[in-house]
Amino acid sequence: MKIHEYQAKQIFARYGIPVPKGEPAFSVAEAEAAAQRLIEATGIPVVVVKAQIHAGGRGKGGGVKVAKGGVADARALAEKILGMQLITVQTGPAGQKVRRLYIEQGLDIDREIYLALTLDRDRRRIAIMASREGGMDIEQVAHDTPEKIHTLHVDPVIGLAPYQARKLGYALGLGAKEQMRQFTKLLDGLYKCFLAEDCSLVEINPLVVTKKGDIVALDGKVTFDDNAEIRHPEWADLRDADEEDPVELEAKKVGISYVSLDGDIGCLVNGAGLAMGTMDIILHYGGKPANFLDVGGGASKEQVKKAFQMILRSDKVKGIFVNIFGGIMRCDVVAEGVVAATKELGLSVPLVVRLEGTNVEAGKKILDESGLKIESASSMGDGAQKIVAAVKQGAAA
Amino acid sequence: MSILVNKDTRVVIQGITGEYGSQHARACLAYGTKVVAGVTPGRGGQRFEDKVPLYDTVEDAVKKEGADVSCIFVPPAGAADAIVEAADAGCRLVICITEGIPVLDMVKVRRYLEGKPTRLIGPNCPGIITPEECKIGIMPGHIHKKGHIGVLSKSGTLTYEAVGQLTALGVGQSSCVGIGGDPVAGMDFIDVLELFNEDPDTHGVIMIGEIGGGAEQKAAAWIKANMKKPVAALIAGRAAPPGKRMGHAGAIISGGKGTAAEKIEALEDAGVKVAPTPADMASTLMSLMK
Repeated sequence: MKIHEYQAKQIFARYGIPVPKGEPAFSVAEAEAAAQRLIEATGIPVVVVKAQIHAGGRGKGGGVKVAKGGVADARALAEKILGMQLITVQTGPAGQKVRRLYIEQGLDIDREIYLALTLDRDRRRIAIMASREGGMDIEQVAHDTPEKIHTLHVDPVIGLAPYQARKLGYALGLGAKEQMRQFTKLLDGLYKCFLAEDCSLVEINPLVVTKKGDIVALDGKVTFDDNAEIRHPEWADLRDADEEDPVELEAKKVGISYVSLDGDIGCLVNGAGLAMGTMDIILHYGGKPANFLDVGGGASKEQVKKAFQMILRSDKVKGIFVNIFGGIMRCDVVAEGVVAATKELGLSVPLVVRLEGTNVEAGKKILDESGLKIESASSMGDGAQKIVAAVKQGAAA
Repeated sequence: MSILVNKDTRVVIQGITGEYGSQHARACLAYGTKVVAGVTPGRGGQRFEDKVPLYDTVEDAVKKEGADVSCIFVPPAGAADAIVEAADAGCRLVICITEGIPVLDMVKVRRYLEGKPTRLIGPNCPGIITPEECKIGIMPGHIHKKGHIGVLSKSGTLTYEAVGQLTALGVGQSSCVGIGGDPVAGMDFIDVLELFNEDPDTHGVIMIGEIGGGAEQKAAAWIKANMKKPVAALIAGRAAPPGKRMGHAGAIISGGKGTAAEKIEALEDAGVKVAPTPADMASTLMSLMK
């Protein structure tokens, strides 16, 4: 789960990590008032107006602007950015509508550092990565000059060792006494934050050294480990539904794993691996999957019905492939769910069903007696070829 | 022969009285698995289905019933603790079925198991089966057949798919291991491949991986240097876009790393034959067997 920059910075502040003064704003009037307060509090007439969307690359996309002309300038920028369709390298060509702003004090920046904490799967440790080459192009740095990225791994038994933090500080050129003190304190706070808040990624790009020599987190990106939601009821308040795919959100509510894709063949599958495999085999035979959908191991008739309805409601879907290898999942339950869904919404596109495993005969009987026009498949390969052919035929007609 | 479990394996099930645990405990018992004990704190002294004795702790189950392998159905919040308890009680193998354990819990658990004799399979996996001898986990037993092909996989349902294809061809399996799809888990591909390589009754292996991480690439390098038996593989997720988590917490392409193409290339370079589609896993392996 992702959160906004301003939310990340509010969390940082609780762990003693220095962040610029700032306020979120949901309207132009709020943005103007926030700018007024910031300028009065800091005595500096410069504020930054920052679009709050979950995707990265906001600066390059035109979603972050510096207002040097005081409150009026800030208001003008807020008017421009709020409501805009912000297109960045991470949003896709459609972009993301800006619904929230963050108004932040301006800082005199000496230099920019990249800093991130994430899980290193291969080492099974939290990795801390940093580089002197902070700013917007860290992916490029990693690609072109990997030696400029310094990495350390934290042993969960002793936690972040002070010597490791110092070593990283020296590598970043933060050897001066007061700077080193600030940096090691910040790193210690970030590590504690990562653990306590169950993060899967914490990224500060850039972490800046101001002209006065202070270290401040100028940006903040936090992603939580979805599996840890069970012990973080407070995440519910941090979630921004506008930033998530409405269909994926609906699926999550009923306990189904769903990801929208660009194609036209809807898939209903049990198990994440088989669901990925089903997308792959559709692609192999020349079709394009419209979604990844895993109904899970022990889905009920209701869940299968909901899942099938989600596919039916999408107007881009020109055919549906149900691929079930029942282990825990019973084929008769799947069949009942599919029939119940089509009774409410009808079925106007070709449907191919492959059932295998537990209670397969009962499942086939339910489908046969439903009166629905269903083409049954003897295997996964057979089913994929049949649905691709049916959709192509439909497009030609 | 087989790997890790056989007809003599004595199993304790942690979380046996839960809805999920009890359902699968029944299926394991019906398959013939020696489920010798169950553990549910507070239920010590009672019996599961009038048969299997219940204990408050894994230590009691190990001491009193001689359990050597534990299978965990404990909900995510308590599952990491259950793994640690099983290891401390001296279980030589722990199979954790539980899905949805916070990844930082698993980072600690893996560190805790370092240097200990306990092996861990999972979490978020279907378990392990040696056909017609011992089924520990949630896989449908009836699709399996005793034989000489080893199957190992990050995905449950794709394991069933591979087993179903083998059995349909009349080809049996020595053991089938689901290592799970989480970013931090227990035994990895190489740990299981080593065992299949040394098992005289395993003549060939199907390995099923997926997008995300680097485990398949590492396994490819190991196979190139060490594997004496034919290996066929499948990498699921060729059609998956970057940055989207495909159900498994581990199945995500991030920063351009962990793509299917990268993994397939490494495997082919190691002499592994990669199945063109998930429907061709068994036939791909059989084309390598003489």
